Amino acid sequence: MKAFRYLNYISFSLLFILGVASGSIAQVDTFEFDNDVQQQRFRTLSDELRCPMCQNTNLSGSTGGVAEDLRREIHRMILEGMSDRDIERFMFERYGDFIFYRPRLTAQTLLLWFGPLFFLLIGGFVARGIFKRAKDVGDIESKLSESQKARLNELIGEKQG
Amino acid sequence: MDKLKYFVPSFVFIALAVLLWRGLYLDTRTLPSMLIDKPLPTFALAKVGGEPVSNSDLPDEIFLLNVWGSYCLPCLIEHPTFMRLSEEGEIPVVGINYKDQNELAKDWLDTNGNPFSFSIEDLDGRFGIDLGVYGAPETYLVDAEGVIRYRHVSVLDETVWNQEFLPAIAELEAESN
Repeated sequence: MKAFRYLNYISFSLLFILGVASGSIAQVDTFEFDNDVQQQRFRTLSDELRCPMCQNTNLSGSTGGVAEDLRREIHRMILEGMSDRDIERFMFERYGDFIFYRPRLTAQTLLLWFGPLFFLLIGGFVARGIFKRAKDVGDIESKLSESQKARLNELIGEKQG
Repeated sequence: MDKLKYFVPSFVFIALAVLLWRGLYLDTRTLPSMLIDKPLPTFALAKVGGEPVSNSDLPDEIFLLNVWGSYCLPCLIEHPTFMRLSEEGEIPVVGINYKDQNELAKDWLDTNGNPFSFSIEDLDGRFGIDLGVYGAPETYLVDAEGVIRYRHVSVLDETVWNQEFLPAIAELEAESN
């Protein structure tokens, strides 16, 4: 029974630590919404929009002054019935492409979107070339007559010996 | 000609190395302003003194719009430049007191001197959002028609003034003549 009690202490402490730790990842929302859908939209938007001040943190993870203000603006716009697209346009008009963690597809971001695919294709072609050549070498060997094979083995034997 | 293909990996390596090397020295902290060549957003706020202020109160000549706060240490570094500009009458400077407290802002101006024709009080940072501000100090160059023509993020000292603002102003003046 005593062991059980220790186990309880440990689990509760772990739960507590986890709770505190996960609490520190996202800023605590004190905003109130009319329904869960709105709340979910707020979470998604503030997860996908980047804090303009802090290089690599989203709005929901930042304590920066601007991030706080922008979360407040998102909350206001959701309550005013604006769509996600409208809210994203609002952010873009003020902070540009930087605000989006998921960059829009433009001439400038073309390399960003399709660069990896491009490199994968190059890799594929190179790999195909290598396999083809390896296969060709194998084919040459199987095309040899019996006497040629014997001679080949002899030559290889000489070199190794 | 056939041998050339053996150099392809080297060429690719050099091209990538140049690209990534340049990437190391890119300035990713300075965001380009989305409001260049757009009119200054409309506002109806109060001055730090208390009187109401809106777009019609802005100078009808080329002027600077400086985002500052009493909490902002770099603002103290650029402060002497703004003091000189306004004392010598080189260009009007309008302040935006960004996310500050009224009393602290007044104290700051009393202690350090006030280079601003007036300061627009943006307590909740809402006007700052319309401008695309992401932290003090920032300085905008606005033309006589109230259109934003240039933005500088962080400290505006004499070097920045000479190298960035004077050429930009000269360009604006050449345009209007």
